[in-house]
Amino acid sequence: MVPLSYYLLLSGILFVCGVLGFLIKRNIITIFMSIELMLNGVNLSFVAFAAHWHALSGQVFVFFVMVVAAAEAAVGLAIIIAVYRTRETLNVDQVNLLKL
Amino acid sequence: MTPNPYLWVVPILPLAGAAINGLLGRRSSKKAISTVALVFCGAAFAMALYLAAGFSSASAPYSFDLAHWIRSGNFQVDFSFYLDQLSLVMLLVVTGVGFLIHIYSVGYMWDDDAYYRFMSYLNLFMFFMLTLVLAKNYLVMFIGWEGVGLASYLLIGFWFTKDSAAAAGKKAFIVNRIGDFGFLIALFLMIKHFGSLDFTHVFAAVRSLPTETTGAGLLTAIGLLLMVGAAGKSAQIPLYVWLPDAMEGPTPVSALIHAATMVTAGVYMVARSSAIFERAPMAMMVVAIIGTLTALFAATIGIAQTDIKKVLAYSTVSQLGYMFMACGVGAFSAGIFHLMTHAFFKGLLFLAAGSVIHGVGGEQDMRKMGGLRVYMPWTFATMGTATLAIAGIPPLAGFWSKDEILWQAFNASWVYWLIGVITAFITSFYMFRLMYMTFGGEYRGAAVEGAHGHEVHGLDAHGHDDRSHGHGHGEPHESPWVMLGPLVVLAVLSVFGGWVAGYNNHFEHFLAPVFQGTSDVAQEASPEAGKSTLEYLLMVVSVGVAGLGWFLAYLLYSRRPQLPARIAASLGGLYRAVANKYYIDELYAVLFVKPLIDGSTTILWHGVDQGVIDAAVNNSADAARHVSDRARHMQSGNLRSYAGWIAAGGAVVIAYMVWMGLR
Repeated sequence: MVPLSYYLLLSGILFVCGVLGFLIKRNIITIFMSIELMLNGVNLSFVAFAAHWHALSGQVFVFFVMVVAAAEAAVGLAIIIAVYRTRETLNVDQVNLLKL
Repeated sequence: MTPNPYLWVVPILPLAGAAINGLLGRRSSKKAISTVALVFCGAAFAMALYLAAGFSSASAPYSFDLAHWIRSGNFQVDFSFYLDQLSLVMLLVVTGVGFLIHIYSVGYMWDDDAYYRFMSYLNLFMFFMLTLVLAKNYLVMFIGWEGVGLASYLLIGFWFTKDSAAAAGKKAFIVNRIGDFGFLIALFLMIKHFGSLDFTHVFAAVRSLPTETTGAGLLTAIGLLLMVGAAGKSAQIPLYVWLPDAMEGPTPVSALIHAATMVTAGVYMVARSSAIFERAPMAMMVVAIIGTLTALFAATIGIAQTDIKKVLAYSTVSQLGYMFMACGVGAFSAGIFHLMTHAFFKGLLFLAAGSVIHGVGGEQDMRKMGGLRVYMPWTFATMGTATLAIAGIPPLAGFWSKDEILWQAFNASWVYWLIGVITAFITSFYMFRLMYMTFGGEYRGAAVEGAHGHEVHGLDAHGHDDRSHGHGHGEPHESPWVMLGPLVVLAVLSVFGGWVAGYNNHFEHFLAPVFQGTSDVAQEASPEAGKSTLEYLLMVVSVGVAGLGWFLAYLLYSRRPQLPARIAASLGGLYRAVANKYYIDELYAVLFVKPLIDGSTTILWHGVDQGVIDAAVNNSADAARHVSDRARHMQSGNLRSYAGWIAAGGAVVIAYMVWMGLR
């Protein structure tokens, strides 16, 4: 059996990859994917703990996160398409119309 | 002490008038404004008459507690009103003369744009003045005292767009403040030592103290401080300088506030505090000396003034000096008597002067008047009456009161009497000089040729029917009846007012209960014996000098009009000093005003205000700005940098928790 710490380490690596991608990347789709990566990193730690403690609540949480992530993806992609249609770019630094 | 629930109504009436006109006047018609102002002021007068009709010396004094005010341990002050013989006299003078001047103002101020404001201020003044004279304790009196100061400031600076008027208003207010300072300290001393400000309590406490014959004690201190207050309000040396400048205000204001009523508040206060003064002979002596010196000093300045209102202003200062002289020698009732007659004839003089100024289109310089006798006969007649009264020609009002003062002064010391008589001579001289310059000779105004203009303007074509023409051009004209009416009433009072009250010392007997216990001073030693040959002799002397002053004025300003200039030239420096009011204003400017301004500029303004207060505020603001200037770079508006901060924060928290967990 794989020990818990391996799962947690992988989960942490996934999450940090997501954070770094979010911070570094300029392409809005990549940023979006980085967010998904962070969510999945967290999901992994949820299921790992659930398995370790034999508690179902962690797995239930993961379903919730997936539902929310799906909804978010639907809305977010719609926004991205709308932004691309008007700005003809996916670079977030150029989508700064609301910035002071 | 008899309760009388109507007392508080008297001051409230003008306050209501002031409030109505002040709040609604801007949109009302002038007729409505006049009606409100006159009705409320007249109602106060009617109320005063009603109180006077119900007044009986047996049940006096009356009092009424309107409301509680200060309750602090044993010390208490209430909104209380008080009516005894003294306040009754003041009440009638203030409401009576005040009402007449209200009527006059309707005519005088009719063309002014801020007519409603003027009438509202006048009513407000009446309220405060009535509060002052009807107060039952020093604190309520102080409300009135400060209030009349405020009203005076507002009215002097009524034409505030004129720099000189605004400055005069400020000057009056600031100089009065010096006097109020003394008054306040006196009140503090009373609270500390008597535990009360109520007249009856304070005077009872004072009467139980011994007379301070040797050295100065508490009562002398209180007396002197009260005198400081009185000197400010009643324009005595050294605080008289504001009154002549106060002539910048409209003429009815000069008549009401700066001649008939407000400036006499100091005399009233000193007379009201007679119980304190009679136990402090030294303070009384100071009062007498200040009064005497002021009387003489102001009268000499009056000789050389050319502005008709300035002459009257210095005359007022001088006459107030007489009143203080009377109070100082213990003849309080004589002082109040002169206060009353002075209110009649000086109010009349100012109103008549206003009528003259009105008639010649705003000119105040007497050198540009002359010959007005023909153009304005009613003004001439009434002003002549007042002049006879102030000069002390029997049997007019001024003669009785002035003679009474001089007689009482003589009983105290012949020095007071001598200076008083000299002042009477000067008074007579400058008043008749004013009359001859204004009404005698030929009209010198408007004609550009000046002294050469012998063409006396036709009188038939212009006159009373054609009043619609504007000011500043045309012939001098008589004032409308709304202005002449009060003049006539006051002239009648100037003639008979003194005769009725002065005959057989009626007035003194009436006031005697207020000033009883004034045993150790010259007051009313034996009224019957007062009619001695000596008194008649002194009477003849004072009438004589009045006649002499008249004659001299006639000689100089009617017979030989070129002579005064030559005399002035031969006197040189002395004349210049007098004409420039002895350079007192300049002296004060050098001694007090300039050091004060310089000190305020360098130390208080540049030093304390800019150096400490502003610096503290500015520097802390600068510091905050510098810190936030650095800190604001965190908020770049870049979403990913925020995320970075969040991530960094999260990392720090996790590191901390991990580190704590490992320990």
